[in-house]
Amino acid sequence: MTKLRDHAGRPIVAVTGIGIVTSLGIGKAQNWQRLAAGQSGVHAIGRFATEGLKTRIAGTVDFVPVEPLSTPALSQRLAEMAATEAIEESGIGAPGDFPGPLFLAVPPIEFEWPQRRALAAAAGANGTVTHQDLLRGAASGDFEETYERFLFGSVADGLAERFGTKGSPISLSTACASGASAIQLGIEAIRRGEAEAALCIGTDGSINPESLIRFSLLSALSTANDPPQGAAKPFSKNRDGFVMAEGAAALVLESLDHVRARGGRLVGVLEGCGEMADSFHRTRSSPDGRPIIGCIKNAIADAGLTPDDIDYINPHGTGTPENDKMEGLGCAAVFGERAKRIPISSNKSMIGHTLSAAGAIEAAFTLMTLEHQRLPPTINYQVPDPALPLDVVPNVARDAKVTHALSNSFGFGGQNVSLVLAREPR
Amino acid sequence: MNDASREIWITGAGIVSTLGEGLAAHWAGLHAPPAPPDTATWAPFAYRPLAAIELDRQIPRKGDQRQMEPWQRIGTYAAGLALESAGAKGDAALLARMDMIVAAGGGERDLAVDAAILSKLNESNKPAQLLNERLMNDLRPTLFLAQLSNLLAGNISIVHGVTGSSRTFMGEEQAAVDAVRVAHARIAGGQSDIALVGGAYNADQIGPWLLYGMGGQLWKGAPAPLWERAESGGGMELGSLGAFLVIEEKAHARGRAARPLARLSAVLASRASRRDGGLTAMLERLWSELAPRLDTGALALISGASGAEPATAQERAFLAKRQGLAVRATTAHLGHGPEAQFAMNIALAAMAASEGKLFPSFDPSGFERAMDAPLRQVAATGVGLWRGEGLALIERIAHDEAP
Repeated sequence: MTKLRDHAGRPIVAVTGIGIVTSLGIGKAQNWQRLAAGQSGVHAIGRFATEGLKTRIAGTVDFVPVEPLSTPALSQRLAEMAATEAIEESGIGAPGDFPGPLFLAVPPIEFEWPQRRALAAAAGANGTVTHQDLLRGAASGDFEETYERFLFGSVADGLAERFGTKGSPISLSTACASGASAIQLGIEAIRRGEAEAALCIGTDGSINPESLIRFSLLSALSTANDPPQGAAKPFSKNRDGFVMAEGAAALVLESLDHVRARGGRLVGVLEGCGEMADSFHRTRSSPDGRPIIGCIKNAIADAGLTPDDIDYINPHGTGTPENDKMEGLGCAAVFGERAKRIPISSNKSMIGHTLSAAGAIEAAFTLMTLEHQRLPPTINYQVPDPALPLDVVPNVARDAKVTHALSNSFGFGGQNVSLVLAREPR
Repeated sequence: MNDASREIWITGAGIVSTLGEGLAAHWAGLHAPPAPPDTATWAPFAYRPLAAIELDRQIPRKGDQRQMEPWQRIGTYAAGLALESAGAKGDAALLARMDMIVAAGGGERDLAVDAAILSKLNESNKPAQLLNERLMNDLRPTLFLAQLSNLLAGNISIVHGVTGSSRTFMGEEQAAVDAVRVAHARIAGGQSDIALVGGAYNADQIGPWLLYGMGGQLWKGAPAPLWERAESGGGMELGSLGAFLVIEEKAHARGRAARPLARLSAVLASRASRRDGGLTAMLERLWSELAPRLDTGALALISGASGAEPATAQERAFLAKRQGLAVRATTAHLGHGPEAQFAMNIALAAMAASEGKLFPSFDPSGFERAMDAPLRQVAATGVGLWRGEGLALIERIAHDEAP
């Protein structure tokens, strides 16, 4: 009989269901098989013309049809697929009646160029377009559907309606840490006793010409277009940026009491979460690494563990020169000499950076890593960076004994979240 | 659900709107009839622009100001005012463990660039290639950072040093309610001791006018009192707002000799359909949760009604059943700013509770009754025009309780 409370007397938070969609495919089985085989989901962009762009590759999810395509529409569809799988695995509640709140990490929503062009057309603006034209187009009465689609709360609302989650659904953004923040909010709600279960989802279907160009203008993206699957090179000396990607993961969180009471099956345990914001710069982290170090330490302490207990790291590992350097520095500060020996492998080398979804997708993959006791590799690791003496599980997966894993998510804007995950309660 | 022994105080409030900045300016402004709205800038719609603020006072570095779009400046400014009023400004140790939840929209754009690109696209026979080329050349690289929803919180961390935690909720009025609800629940549940929470809204950009214009949610025609717009189909006057609160566990506040403005006793939220009066029923349900604690003779309600329909009529139906309750809809003075309205109204409720009296009504419809009795409790609603509704209870703190 395991304990139902953690070291701090709080309800233990279990995961009982996982669902996932990435550029590698649909569902846990296909994703894990391809991830463990070291396959990449990054490819040349076919969704829109890339002529004249520096970066012409991404991990778009092209096998999920959505019409008309937009960030909120694809993000919602991917989230629905992931949530359906997670709830099914969990066996919790009844169809359309999930017994807890929804925490959704979702990209910020704004009009895209097709909507702008439609407004101009509705106003009959054929030549020079003014803002008066757009306002007139908006008032034409033809855009009721577009209105609802582009409200910030629309994706969460659609999911709440579909899955019957309880209470007010939360849409959140902490940039590239969003998916982890969604899980953290679920953990906290269960620990407060406010909920017995929570549906935590990270989703991102935001690749369009402008989103790609925006990151490109910040010099954040890899321009190693050929071959596409070789572009994401986390922790390598020749890393040159991240690769944008899409996907979603959903996790069903439950108090261990609730799982036991209904005879549910555990997929894993969320032992701890921690965060610390950075006040240094909008895109760069504090040069002393203090917020990253503090974030990791907070998560490990929250789990009631010490750094010595961590035996695998699923890093943020974007493959930008800056992130990987700072993450390596942070790990060295937290784990000392052991930092060189703790395996640390970046899922992003294969699936790209799924932005708002990344924290949730990587937590899901970390739980699968714990389940299979097998470490997915960091692919494209051909030129080691002597400044980052880490065991990145280079290029090929391997078996390992993993008891407590750390998953890091660090966002533009200085928002950092780390999670500590395990296979079983202790 | 919350630990009854962990009482939460509002120890700081920073607000900016068309009435100016700070509680005193707002208190004075609410004692005068609302000025006519601006009907020229976004004609045919009316709105309430932000009063002039001296950004340097809360965002001293020009470089920081340049990296922000107006909504971020409004919010960062209001957050600075809130920290100042809480006596937390510049207290590095306190700020390093202060939690933060921001309700944000985002996506402010360069209108001139967009219009120029749309015009060129109309003339092009290779629009996709042209779009790539124009975006590569015309988008300011840093504009992206001024558009991202989470970068209001990011800027508050950078400018004011709040780094305990940073979360951004999106989703209009619903996000505004949930930000306060979750910050409150975390403190009540012992997961946090002090938090900065609020939001900002800039109505002086085209995005909202397009979005709400598509939904037919904007008031057109001659300015009309909030409660009288329903018969003509309703509609909002938008307003630029910034509102942040510092909320804090009572013993924590006492420990640092912080003076409370009022107690934040409860924050409730839900998601009701606007079809078939679902909102009225949901507000009734939330109210019934508060009812056992209410002292109706000393109670008033500040409404976040936006003027949009059917939400405003459904809220009014709920309010009409609260016989004798004095209601004040602040949008009459301030305009509606979705992500900032709820924190704004809680700040104004806290001010009223602290003064022990309600501000007067200038509502010509007669729906808002006078209240002369001493005020001890103020409820505040936050009602989304599309989704999401919330209810907070703010209570006066007796003099012998405060430090």
